[in-house]
Amino acid sequence: MANVSIRKVVKAYEGDVQAVKGIDLEIIDHEFVVLVGPSGCGKSTTLRMIAGLEEITAGEIWIGGDVVNDVPPRDRDIAMVFQNYALYPHMSVFDNMAFGLKLRKFPKEEIKRRVDEAATMLDIQMLLDRKPKALSGGQRQRVAMGRAVVRNPKVFLFDEPLSNLDAKLRVQMRTEIKKLHQLVPTTTVYVTHDQIEAMTLADRVVVMNHGVIEQVGAPQELYHHPATRFVAGFIGSPAMNFLPCQVVDDGGLKVQLADGTKMAIPAARVDRYGPYKGKKMTLGIRPEHMTETHDSEKPGVQIMNAKVDVVEPMGMETLVHHFVDGVAVCSRIDPNVHTGPGEILPLAIDMNNMHLIEDATNRVV
Amino acid sequence: MADGSTMVVGAPAATSPGPRQAGSMKQLARRRSLAALALCSPLILLIVCLKIYPTFYAVFLSMLDRKMNNFVGFDNFAFMISRPSFQLVIFQSVLFAVTAVILKAFLGFVLAHLMHNIRGRNERVWRGLLLVPWVIPLSLSTLTWWWLFDPSYSAFNWTLNMLGFEDIAFLGTVWNARLSVIAVNVWFGAPFFMIMYLAALKSVPEQLYEAASIDGATAVQRLFFITIPMMRNIILITVLYSLIVTFADFDIVRILTNGGPQDGTHLFATYAFVVGIQSGNIPRGATVSLFMFPILAALAFFVLRDVMKRNKEMA
Amino acid sequence: MSASATAGNMPAPKAKVGSMEKQRRMALWASYIALTFFVIIFLIPPFYMIITSLKTSAEISAQAGNPWIVQNPTFDNYWELMTNAAFQRYFINSVWVTAVTVTLSMTIAILAAFSLSRMGFKGSQVLSTGVFLTYLVPPSLLFIPLFQILGWLGLINSTWALVLLFPTLAVPFCTWIMIGYFSSIPKELDEAALIDGASYPQILIQIFIPVALPGIIAATIFAFTVAWGAFLYPLAYLYSADQATLTVGIVRELIKGDVFAWGMIMAACAMAAAPPIIIYTFLMDYYIAGLTAGATKG
Repeated sequence: MANVSIRKVVKAYEGDVQAVKGIDLEIIDHEFVVLVGPSGCGKSTTLRMIAGLEEITAGEIWIGGDVVNDVPPRDRDIAMVFQNYALYPHMSVFDNMAFGLKLRKFPKEEIKRRVDEAATMLDIQMLLDRKPKALSGGQRQRVAMGRAVVRNPKVFLFDEPLSNLDAKLRVQMRTEIKKLHQLVPTTTVYVTHDQIEAMTLADRVVVMNHGVIEQVGAPQELYHHPATRFVAGFIGSPAMNFLPCQVVDDGGLKVQLADGTKMAIPAARVDRYGPYKGKKMTLGIRPEHMTETHDSEKPGVQIMNAKVDVVEPMGMETLVHHFVDGVAVCSRIDPNVHTGPGEILPLAIDMNNMHLIEDATNRVV
Repeated sequence: MADGSTMVVGAPAATSPGPRQAGSMKQLARRRSLAALALCSPLILLIVCLKIYPTFYAVFLSMLDRKMNNFVGFDNFAFMISRPSFQLVIFQSVLFAVTAVILKAFLGFVLAHLMHNIRGRNERVWRGLLLVPWVIPLSLSTLTWWWLFDPSYSAFNWTLNMLGFEDIAFLGTVWNARLSVIAVNVWFGAPFFMIMYLAALKSVPEQLYEAASIDGATAVQRLFFITIPMMRNIILITVLYSLIVTFADFDIVRILTNGGPQDGTHLFATYAFVVGIQSGNIPRGATVSLFMFPILAALAFFVLRDVMKRNKEMA
Repeated sequence: MSASATAGNMPAPKAKVGSMEKQRRMALWASYIALTFFVIIFLIPPFYMIITSLKTSAEISAQAGNPWIVQNPTFDNYWELMTNAAFQRYFINSVWVTAVTVTLSMTIAILAAFSLSRMGFKGSQVLSTGVFLTYLVPPSLLFIPLFQILGWLGLINSTWALVLLFPTLAVPFCTWIMIGYFSSIPKELDEAALIDGASYPQILIQIFIPVALPGIIAATIFAFTVAWGAFLYPLAYLYSADQATLTVGIVRELIKGDVFAWGMIMAACAMAAAPPIIIYTFLMDYYIAGLTAGATKG
């Protein structure tokens, strides 16, 4: 059990390629932190530096009050679950889980006790004699987790552990990982490219892009208050719609889209958006805030007509794709509303949930 | 191989190099690099002392006179190449290697296809039976062939007589002996081609054939437009490798004909043995062997290029 | 296959399905017949080796009747060889030279392959290429300078010469095979072991060697084949009978003058060929997998 702190950490490869460009992150004891971002954003490199599998070019990593830059992986008291599980194929499940303890010269009874305990917790007691080859994907995943748990380390590291599972199993294992963390509340750093995984698992999500941290925050905070255009677009599925716009004032502050459509900015936001009058901006609005129109609209809702391009019924909702000003836009409507390609659909846009992004800085204002 | 070096990062600490940058992780990396070199040292020692050094030493030897006292430059090479008996060796070596390899490759290709046709059905047994020639030490099976070819006891000739044909002097005339030597080499080497080609055949995805069938390709078209292009690299590498080995072959000729009749079947290796070891003319023997070098080097270059290309394609 | 689904209510295509089936069966039978033919051709020498080994010298020299069959089969040739001190000597020489060669070659190859595939140092890339190139150097290219070198070392006519030289033939390819197998072990496996607390020697012994066991078997068989079957080096460097290995002993020592004791020679060949045949019978699949690893990938 320990804090992990990452201070001004840089990872540079030969040829001056910087995979991680000086990041800072404080992870408190028992916390479940998820690093999320597109591939090549530096999240895995960061995790591997915490593990000691990659050398740290500059900066410091602390685990539990010690700088571990120069400590080899085995002395960092961490455990890691890999994307492809990395189970030793020639060892039984028991031996896989016991390997780390055996190398650390734990007494036999202690090893057995710990493995049994972990196996019971992960519901793999009946698999202990099997070889990894004879296991299903989900079972291998559990063994990999068991191997981490028995060591009772200061920190758990997960490197995209669910990517090799099929969609259904992934959802199931996601729940199990969360349950495991509730049972064994060890500090956890979890890397994934899947923002839903990040949102569902994390106490705090760290969004990374191009080797820098874009934003750190609780899942809801990231969703509702993204700090940058990247976070706004990355978190949430289907992704937030971005429409080029300008802030204008014709007797009330409004956003004006490229085709001249004007939509009033809610009173509560006038002060915030006032200074950006006349600048090139982007209007960000999530699909669920672009819906079919109702008889009586809430205050702050604006109506916009959009031509339907493609309709995707999902069951509990229907996704409709439009082209507005040549930009692809997605709206989420009630499945009972019937519409088809080529029709004009009036959309109710909830401006209370709008985001305004300054193009020059890509920051949400 | 390549990925091993990525862990050993040599990049200097670019930004804010704290005091611990030269810490023990880096030292560890350097130590590991040293350990890696140490683990390879027996291999390096072996290659340097018993491969590279002898190669240069062979060049040196080939430039000495018979008593190994005087340096004679390229005289030995000039002398050898002017001798008709050595010209015959060059001719026979090339004839032997090229003919034998073409036949082995063809036979191997046919056998691989036959094996592929019966896939799954006792494949292991059939493959095992076909591999027997390749498993028996070559010198011992060649001895058996010699016994089969024996002028007065030949079991082949007995069979020919039974069928109403004349005796054949398998090792008695130059051309007969050359063909016999080639036959034994083909017998020994074809199984190797078979397993290489069979493995290549199996790696061609079945969907390609199904797609081609739907596109209307006949069996012959499938062979020429799918099988052969997909196997191209393996066919090439195997042929080049086999050319090297066959070209430098020693056992068959040494046992079957010992170069005869009339020195008509000598290869570089057997001739070098007679000249260098049996007659004790070390410089001349080294010279004979070295004549192989440019040809082998050229072949090796092509093998290496193809293997590298293939590795890159797979990566 | 898919044709049968559409053929349901149409009689005409049904006939076609039958003919396709028939064609396929004929192709299969043709393959079997062709394979049988080749197997017979391929097995003539070993068959004749066994047949001759069961004949007495008298039966061979009498030349009466069909040479392809034995009239009075006898194991005398085998018994005689087994009690023959010279033959026992060849066998022992072969066994010890092969055992040492295999052990030495595998040790060198495994250490080097582990280093080259996982640890790396400046120039390791060059070395890997160099290893492959040395694999392409045939034994007959360098046997004359090596003769001189063995002379300096005082190893002419000593089986130690073979113990020194056979690894040069076996190690390059063994290393190459092992690099292939070690490289195919996912990198996460050693990282997991590192985190579990293993040192590099522990990773090699407890993870790499057991996981790459098929490759080790393949490389071991290769080293065995090289040492057991080698002919040129023992012929060139060992001149007295008591130092001869099986191949040279049989070819050079058993064939004396014009009196060919062919029954005994063939019995000796059969006994000398037995160890490799037994090994291949059980471990052929590993060896072929190792040999064709490059051909099956991609």
